Amino acid sequence: MLKVNDLHTFYGKIEALKGITIEVHEGEIVTLIGANGAGKSTTLKTISGQIAPRTGSIEFLGEQIAGMPAHLVTAKRVIQVPEGRRIFPQMSVRENLEMGAFLRNDKDEIAADLEKVLELFPRLRERVAQKGGTLSGGEQQMLAIARGMMARPNLLMLDEPSMGLAPVIVEVIFDTIKKLNKAGTTILLVEQNAAMALQVADRGYVLETGSVALTGTGKELLGNERVRKTYLGEI
Amino acid sequence: MGAIRNGLVAVNDFFSTRVGRIAFFFVLALITLFLPVMFQAAGNVFMVRIFALVGIYVLLALGLNIVVGYAGLLNLGYIAFYAVGAYAGMNLGFLMQELLKGLGFLGERPENWSYWVLLPFAAVPGVLAGIMIGAPVLRLRGDYLAIVTLGFGEIVRIAVTNDIFGISNGASGLPGVGQTVAPVAGQMWVRENLSFGNFLFSKDLYWYFIIVALVLFAILVITRLDNSRLGRAWVAMREDEVAASSVGVNILTTKLWAFALGAAWGGIAGHTYAYWVGFISPESFNFMESVLVVCMVVLGGMGSIPGTILGAVLITAVPEVIRALAASPLLSGVLTPEQASLVGDYRFLIFGGLMVVMMALRPQGILPSKRRARELQPVDDTILAQENQQLWEAEHKHDSDSDII
Repeated sequence: MLKVNDLHTFYGKIEALKGITIEVHEGEIVTLIGANGAGKSTTLKTISGQIAPRTGSIEFLGEQIAGMPAHLVTAKRVIQVPEGRRIFPQMSVRENLEMGAFLRNDKDEIAADLEKVLELFPRLRERVAQKGGTLSGGEQQMLAIARGMMARPNLLMLDEPSMGLAPVIVEVIFDTIKKLNKAGTTILLVEQNAAMALQVADRGYVLETGSVALTGTGKELLGNERVRKTYLGEI
Repeated sequence: MGAIRNGLVAVNDFFSTRVGRIAFFFVLALITLFLPVMFQAAGNVFMVRIFALVGIYVLLALGLNIVVGYAGLLNLGYIAFYAVGAYAGMNLGFLMQELLKGLGFLGERPENWSYWVLLPFAAVPGVLAGIMIGAPVLRLRGDYLAIVTLGFGEIVRIAVTNDIFGISNGASGLPGVGQTVAPVAGQMWVRENLSFGNFLFSKDLYWYFIIVALVLFAILVITRLDNSRLGRAWVAMREDEVAASSVGVNILTTKLWAFALGAAWGGIAGHTYAYWVGFISPESFNFMESVLVVCMVVLGGMGSIPGTILGAVLITAVPEVIRALAASPLLSGVLTPEQASLVGDYRFLIFGGLMVVMMALRPQGILPSKRRARELQPVDDTILAQENQQLWEAEHKHDSDSDII
């Protein structure tokens, strides 16, 4: 579905991605793990069009999307749930969700999808009239994911959904990710929390300083000596 | 203070009711329609002119409100679009008159149809200027954008002062020697047919009603914009650009639309002003004017149409009234003419003080839009406490109830 080939992205003169090659198949959960500054978020931002790559290709459903501006990538239903939630703080939960469907015109379908995501997150239904900014961190993350789902993504890209959240909430978020995947959404997940990410992922890539260091299925990586030492904190 | 506050609350409560609302709009409509007529009947043309001027500034403030209030882009050179509209209107008018004269249409009729013919296109020069300045600089944010727009405003003023392309007649303004702006069509007709007794339907009153109609039209269009898809894109962009682009808002074109649509009203206001006053010169388009229009929007309440109108009325009318009072016979014994003109000059000082007080006490403006007010108010402590409480509950209830998030 998504083929990223030899991607090089620069911040000014600093080469943040030094030739990333990854692939996501339809129906999978694929995770990118790695330390701070390994290039996980940069990879996601490059795919979603927030940053343009210098060289390399990003092929989505057979179409070249490298360097395309963010709103056009969104139009291909490659949806990014940005790092740090980034909900619209002064809009109500409902307005936030409606913004998620900004590029869609099918009113009835949007209403149906709204119902669906509220079913998925009962917590949001309770607060549907409340301002996004007054939600707790966990609820905001749910809102961000729900907003992403409102676009009916072909590929949902989550950037550190567990960031700054209490462990119980992280579990809930990951349960939801599994649920969404079972219901047919392909997911690309960037995570610091390697243990959680690898447990839910079909496959994973370990990034180190801008390139892919290791790859394998979630289970393989969980069992890998190097991963265990470096990212799971085992001695 | 308490009594004043209670009084204000009571007034607010009254206007929140249906009857109160209707009464309020009725009174407002009466004032808008009849007060200038009364002044005219009393022979006070000066006040009629001030009413019309207030209308022009309301139009400008409503236009700038699109850029500043809705899209959240600070534009410090807005008056440039006003200038572009005025100069384009005048020059195209001259061309039209020439053309009509050449074709032999202008024999006996001294009337000037340029204003009306060009009015539907009056927004075009403004929009073009808006896109011209907008397209290259909209990648800039916040302060940087403000500085560039400030520069643009000055460039336009200096270009006009230096008779750019030979069409602005430099500092002495338009119309220049040999050019005339004939009375605009309709003006003579109302004077002849709607005047009775001592009441003269003057040129200024005629223009006042044109301007009121334009303001109503602007309110209609801008209200619709606010509730449109584009309006929602502006709100989203103002709140978070990254998030807005991730839901599919095209940031560049959305900003460009704001710039162009804001500039459109500047152009229309400029065109109208030029034909009303019949004379334009670079002095009318200096930086101070841009600042004043920004002040109107900020003072009244960014993103709020009633607020913007109130801001424009206060900032335009109050100093003029102060000046009129100072020069009126009532105070002639108290103030010498020199002192009277000093009072008028100090109005900017008063504004400065007012703006500082305003920003400290009520950053959202006098009549803010609800959403904007929340954005500009410091995060409420009670909300923060509530949020923390929710998080705490979420974390601790989990032991007993696995369903809690």
